[in-house]
Amino acid sequence: MLLKINFTQQRRVRLAQGLWLMSWLAVMCGAFIFCLGVYLKTELLRRNEVMENTEIHMVPNILMMVGLASIGTNWVASRVCQDSLDATRFPRWKVLLLAWFALAALLCCLLIAVVVLSYALQGRLEESLKVGLRNGIRFYKDTDVPGRCFQKETIDRLQMEFRCCGNSNFRDWFEVQWVSNRYLDFTSKDVKDRIRSNVDGRYLLDGVPFSCCNPASPRPCLQYHLTDNSAHYNYDFQSEELNLHSRGCRQALIDYYMGLMNSTGPGVLSVILRQMTVAASLRYLQAAVEGAMALGGTQRARRETSPGEGSRNH
Amino acid sequence: MAVGKVTFTKAEREKLAEVLWLLNWISVVTGAILFGLGLFLKIEIQKWQEVMSDQGILYVPHMLISTGLAACCINFLGGKICLDCADTNKFLRWKLVMMPYVVCTFFFTSCVLAGALMCYSIRSQLEESLFLGLRNAMRYYKDTDTPGRCYLKRTLDLLQIQFHCCGNTGYRDWFQVQWISNRYLDMTSSAVVDRLRNNVEGKYLMDGVPFSCCSTFSPRPCIQQQVSNSSAHFNYDQQSQQLNLWRRGCRQTLLDHYTGIMQSIGLTVLLIWLFELLVLTGVRYLQTAMENVLRLGDPESESDGWILENSLAETARSNFNIIKNLGKCYQIDDDPNINVPTAAAEQEVLSQQVQIPVTS
Repeated sequence: MLLKINFTQQRRVRLAQGLWLMSWLAVMCGAFIFCLGVYLKTELLRRNEVMENTEIHMVPNILMMVGLASIGTNWVASRVCQDSLDATRFPRWKVLLLAWFALAALLCCLLIAVVVLSYALQGRLEESLKVGLRNGIRFYKDTDVPGRCFQKETIDRLQMEFRCCGNSNFRDWFEVQWVSNRYLDFTSKDVKDRIRSNVDGRYLLDGVPFSCCNPASPRPCLQYHLTDNSAHYNYDFQSEELNLHSRGCRQALIDYYMGLMNSTGPGVLSVILRQMTVAASLRYLQAAVEGAMALGGTQRARRETSPGEGSRNH
Repeated sequence: MAVGKVTFTKAEREKLAEVLWLLNWISVVTGAILFGLGLFLKIEIQKWQEVMSDQGILYVPHMLISTGLAACCINFLGGKICLDCADTNKFLRWKLVMMPYVVCTFFFTSCVLAGALMCYSIRSQLEESLFLGLRNAMRYYKDTDTPGRCYLKRTLDLLQIQFHCCGNTGYRDWFQVQWISNRYLDMTSSAVVDRLRNNVEGKYLMDGVPFSCCSTFSPRPCIQQQVSNSSAHFNYDQQSQQLNLWRRGCRQTLLDHYTGIMQSIGLTVLLIWLFELLVLTGVRYLQTAMENVLRLGDPESESDGWILENSLAETARSNFNIIKNLGKCYQIDDDPNINVPTAAAEQEVLSQQVQIPVTS
């Protein structure tokens, strides 16, 4: 017998009452985990268009499943507590309790797995964002192609909201034609020169869209001819820091999502602890009540003790 | 003739006291809600305070915050009083406080109503304040090196980006303001010099707008310079022009934003006011019923409760008389010894002296 404690009738009653309360608290923790999962999932779905795959969705999916399962198991635990002091009603739960302990252990393992996954999947998230953003920037100009027509709006909103520009930095815009041919005057000499000087016949320029502009800059935003110091008065490309957002959107999004998952970490860990406490207390209660029933009923005098055990050696 | 007279048995009085105790505690919660609403409104206004020229609109959240706190205190006290009123003996403790308490609660309830009405009436003042504030913000947009104005550019850019608006009434307001600082203008360039000479006041005006006016819904890259010149850009048709920049003015957008918030808050405050009025009426009935019980002397008997002892006109008249007579304690117009000729007084005294020995 491991971790044996003796329980009087009074203490059994106290244990049952305390455990009933704790299991209802654990139900609320389960609901909290479920809501956390839903929140994380909605945040990921909002930026779905700049992510190439949905592997990272494993984390919120597991959280939601565990939340729902935890609500169910802890509700069962509270019913068990209610019936534990009644000798006629308790036996029907005996069969279920073994399965309950297995399920509680599984839930704790899943929660630990979620915490580990949220760190382990960071690399995959980064890859997914890299490809997603690259496509977003490539299809920025295709506002007339069905299936891609919202990329411009998505990328603009993303850059303004997260204060970022491009994939790794603003130079990503120099390598992509982000002005559609519909708006290029092919009779103009300037346009023709630029297209001819590019191998693939693309219209590349050292300019960025307006959404890269930093509102905190003291001067009106400079979007075009960024590498040409003489194109603007009092402008030095190398030392100009505030004109555009300096961060890349990939880094900005990763920081945001890692921040979200890190801040949920302590909550998840406390839920794990609570679940384990509930499981341990239920085991003590089960053993104490079964011992009392074996000794001949729970209606004896107050002085009667019964052994409650952590685990039994057969 | 009493106004709103209702007869209460002992059981009914006790029930009324219990119900009022509960309602007072609910009122404490609604007072906290009022406080929270005032705080929320204050924070919302302070977010964009820099584009408002006068801070008069802050009266509304301050009023809500103070009435919310007052509601919590007054209703907390009211809860204690009502709990004690169930028992005639405990009521004696509060007997003298009850009338002032009812009067205080009446004034406080009218403050809540005033707060609710202010939410609806502040609109025109807000519009004026926004018009002037936005005009100044646009004027000082370029002054990012002047202390006190250096954050106006950022504030205005963030405002236009967040609320999807441009300028005061529309994007053309930017054409009338020099929003590019002289620090970034090449004064040796002929184009710049020409433009400066064209303008009477020597301002560098152009038909261009800042980047924050650009619409994210436009299918083409944003056109910020030479906005009104359709031949300056390729394929710049009417539809492109419509979608290119935000069409709404920031004044209208902010006005709608704040009016919406204040209308919902005003509605909630009106509902809270109605609830407070209900509680006040109940407390008044309880007060008069308990006082009448004491007057009758028998705690078990029925007693009347009312809102006013006499009709409204008589109560007003008697209160007016009380106020009139308040100032009369030190007046000397009624003194009989003033302005009476002394000869007549002496004669009177003499005649009395003659009479006295005869009667004694």
